[in-house]
Amino acid sequence: MNVCVCIKQVPASSNVKIDPVNGTLVRDGNNTKMNPYDLYAIEMALKVKEINDCNVKAITMGPPAATAILQEAIWMGCDDGYLLTDRKFAGADVVATAYTLSQGIKYMGKCDLVVCGKQTTDGDTAQVGAELAHFLGIPYVCYVDKIIEVKDKSIVVRTNLDKTYEILEIAFPCLITVEKNNESPRLPSYKRSVQYSDHQVHNVTFDKLFDVDESRYGLNGSPTQVEKMFNPIKDDRKVMLNDETESYASQLAELLKDKKYI
Amino acid sequence: MYKKIDQNDITYLSTLFDEKYFFTGDDIPEDYSKDELGALVRKPDVLIFVRNANEISSVMKYANDNKIPVVVRGSGTGLVGGCVALEGGIVLCTSKMNKILELDENNLTLTVEPGVLLFEIYQYVESRGYFYAPDPGEKTATIGGNISTNAGGMRAVKYGTTRDWVVGLEVVLPNGKIEQFGKKVVKDSTGYSLKNLIIGSEGTLAVVTKAILKITPKPKETLSLLVPFETREDAIDAVPEIIKAQLNTTAIEFFERNTILLSEEFLGKKFPEKRSDAYILLTFEGHNKQELKFNYSAAAEICIRELKAIDAYIVDTDDRKDSVWKARGAFLEAIKSSTVEIDECDVVVPRSEVAEFIKFTYELQAKYNIRIPSFGHAGDGNLHIYICRDNYTKDEFNSILEQVFDELYERAISVGGLVSGEHGIGYAKKHYMKRQLGDTQIELMNGIKKVFDPNNILNPGKICQ
Repeated sequence: MNVCVCIKQVPASSNVKIDPVNGTLVRDGNNTKMNPYDLYAIEMALKVKEINDCNVKAITMGPPAATAILQEAIWMGCDDGYLLTDRKFAGADVVATAYTLSQGIKYMGKCDLVVCGKQTTDGDTAQVGAELAHFLGIPYVCYVDKIIEVKDKSIVVRTNLDKTYEILEIAFPCLITVEKNNESPRLPSYKRSVQYSDHQVHNVTFDKLFDVDESRYGLNGSPTQVEKMFNPIKDDRKVMLNDETESYASQLAELLKDKKYI
Repeated sequence: MYKKIDQNDITYLSTLFDEKYFFTGDDIPEDYSKDELGALVRKPDVLIFVRNANEISSVMKYANDNKIPVVVRGSGTGLVGGCVALEGGIVLCTSKMNKILELDENNLTLTVEPGVLLFEIYQYVESRGYFYAPDPGEKTATIGGNISTNAGGMRAVKYGTTRDWVVGLEVVLPNGKIEQFGKKVVKDSTGYSLKNLIIGSEGTLAVVTKAILKITPKPKETLSLLVPFETREDAIDAVPEIIKAQLNTTAIEFFERNTILLSEEFLGKKFPEKRSDAYILLTFEGHNKQELKFNYSAAAEICIRELKAIDAYIVDTDDRKDSVWKARGAFLEAIKSSTVEIDECDVVVPRSEVAEFIKFTYELQAKYNIRIPSFGHAGDGNLHIYICRDNYTKDEFNSILEQVFDELYERAISVGGLVSGEHGIGYAKKHYMKRQLGDTQIELMNGIKKVFDPNNILNPGKICQ
């Protein structure tokens, strides 16, 4: 059985600058981390491995610096890493990203289960998982927070729908996106970092993919047009009500009246 | 000996305070009769939420003139009954004196009122690129409480304790005088250090109304290694070797899987690694990522190659630090919530004796058939040992407790340790301290107390009395 985890390198800080000319995020290579949701995806993939011994490979799309998160995934317990990297992939929106990942996964060989984090903390769309499943032509379940059972030909998972849980059985090959849950993702192992210090992750460039139609990748393959990108206005003005609790409500009401909100 | 507070006293004192800050009799909430451990309970006659040094001064003057006992408290997170009003009288709560008064970037000091909580100090200084090093587990304690007990915490291995980070204090003496001890200076050879006498005096000498803390630039990079061992013996035996190897750690913490499980249950959040019996948690700092990697790699290599560690897990990101250190910070509460009653022993022993001392607690556990979980700052020799009542009756528990404590303190003293590393003596441990220090030192302490507080009105019955 083969499991593939999709991961992404994201800015480590929420205070990210935006290039006013290009309207893109200015990515600081020194201040990055693995998307927090993807840590849970890795944890879940490695749980599957514990239940039913299998091969867990991590894949990411990004610049060469994104190798760092593939190494981190290997230190956590993944068996191998694949970096989709090519200038032709740059500027991809969710559709192009999902398509590129689908091509990368096909390049990796047979895959029974694809695991994604629910969303990333930079794009925040939570669309890539579902679109990736579409391009791979496989069923998917979102918001999975627990694996109930791993069977020979299917997996039983619990999906968290906020107010209810749903238990679903889904046949392989399939895709799940993982919600944060109370299982803290395992820590990277120093021992594995030494063991894999000479290990090279696989660089997958455009020309290695099955589909070499450039119109499907990067900016060319992205139907999303970003009109404008800007930092949200931060308003740090605040009023502290330092008195006793009982009078908070009336103080607040007075303030709101003053401002003519009520 | 003391004057029992009567209606005249209440009438007078109530004129000094707004009624919302002044409580008497049944209006005093139960919490103000005890501390975190809860074993010692005594309700004060009057509870006042003071807001500045002048208010405290006027109360102290009145109490001193009338021989009314006064006890000061902050968040009440103490563990030795230090803030319990043994003789009744007045409790002054400083929790409303919670302002951060000044960040002096030229002198690298932070001036605070005593009711500021420890985590508020971290938030304030760290968001501005500075660092306050003492790191006691109880982050909701007030800085006043930390100063009173000379709290230490996890980074004491490298940075020392609260005493090393307080450069000045404003205090109200028992007679109501307001004095400044220490200044915003780095060096001080100016006579006896009255500031240092106040630190660790558990509210028996003066009331702290302002503290000038030392701060430093925040370390650029920090990282912890969670080092698992197959057996607790392997983990314990590794501690002295890690200390000897001079790995430049800021913290060396020891804990067992059982404690992790209690903490998971308490926090409702899984610990990222619990496959091994025992763990040592090491923390490193560096000016840059390369230096940090060099430091932690050297430690990991020694732990794995020479000290039987199974691995060394890297706790590098904020999320990972949170998942590990939050659990570590909750150990006391987790143990407490696992049983009906606990009592604790906070001995400090020479670092070379830590391993043997932890083993000794296991012997006691078997000998008295009682659960004695422990964890602690292995790197500085300060252990937190908890005796859990579980299914024993109160009387049975007390009887076992006495014997276990006797053995623990006797052993600690015999290997060159001290009764308390950071929780203080308060009421609960004074018997053991007296036994260790002997008459001469206790007389010296009482002499100091008498100079500060001739009428013995401040926190009577504590420490050396």
